Amino acid sequence: MDNNLYKYVLRLADSSLILSHRLSEYCSKGPFLEEDLAISNVSLDLLGQAESLLIYAAEMNDDAPDADYLAFRRDEREFLNFQLCELENRDYAYIMARQLFIDVFNNLLYPELAKSKDERIAGIAAKSVKEVRYHLKRSSDWMKRLGLGTEESHNRIQEAINDLWVYTGEMFESRDIDKAMAEQGIGIEFSTLHAEWYKQVKDILAAGDLETPPLDSYYASGSWDGIHTENLGFLLTDMQFLPTKYPDATW
Amino acid sequence: MSDNQGPLWEVFIQTKPGLPHKHAGSLHAYDADMALKNARDLYTRRAEGTAIWVVLSENIHAIQEEGNSDYFEPATDKIYRHPTFYELPEGIKHM
Repeated sequence: MDNNLYKYVLRLADSSLILSHRLSEYCSKGPFLEEDLAISNVSLDLLGQAESLLIYAAEMNDDAPDADYLAFRRDEREFLNFQLCELENRDYAYIMARQLFIDVFNNLLYPELAKSKDERIAGIAAKSVKEVRYHLKRSSDWMKRLGLGTEESHNRIQEAINDLWVYTGEMFESRDIDKAMAEQGIGIEFSTLHAEWYKQVKDILAAGDLETPPLDSYYASGSWDGIHTENLGFLLTDMQFLPTKYPDATW
Repeated sequence: MSDNQGPLWEVFIQTKPGLPHKHAGSLHAYDADMALKNARDLYTRRAEGTAIWVVLSENIHAIQEEGNSDYFEPATDKIYRHPTFYELPEGIKHM
């Protein structure tokens, strides 16, 4: 097994899976029906991406019989998702700020991965490009609406941006893994996306009259090594409950 | 659920290029851009359409048969207005 490729795919798969689960928790709790359905659609798109990637990862790992095994039988320390994806849904401002940061990232990432020499990754990425483009339309739209809305909405979205900012730097932390993938023409080195990501986020936030914290701020880190915030354990307990309680249950 | 969901909009979906837009349902949104996005998520996520119209419900003026017999009834007894005596060639679907 190419360990670098396996971990690279898992990092992307886990980030989509965990964020998808977070968004799915919000299903039926949206601010109104239309938005509830829209955010659930985003969750489903992410789940589809995660599944494709996890199937690929499971094929690489002889100890993992299938994608479900990777999703439901791994423990917290084995998950490689960005910490940003696991943070709780504090309110709609936090949900949309988190989404914006990921959406801009995905819109830089997937068009590059669509050119991958690895056919599987290229195929999954090409399919995801249109999905994430729509996600970004939505989240950048909400930055404008909340930023230019009322004083209350402006302050709350700015507070969410400021609070979540410390988790954004980690997405651009490069290790030998992604460097090796870039050298082989399979993946992209995450750190190379940072400057463009910052520029785009800044433009989107400026359109909503919102401040962007500095590029070189201190950031929380650790998920490359499976170290997470306290949120992930609770999320997994919930997400993995059924397969844990009834290990071999089938439909 | 908030009461401040914006005004009501009517959604019209065109299922194929060339066909008329058909009323699909309604939704709430604060403006036309949001209404189009919501329409996409509510009414076209299973590939139902190729084009979407949205219009503020308050901009639609309507009348129905009930209580307005002078509008609708005179049309029912003039069968010569219906092209039912023509035979349509096979293969014509959208008449």
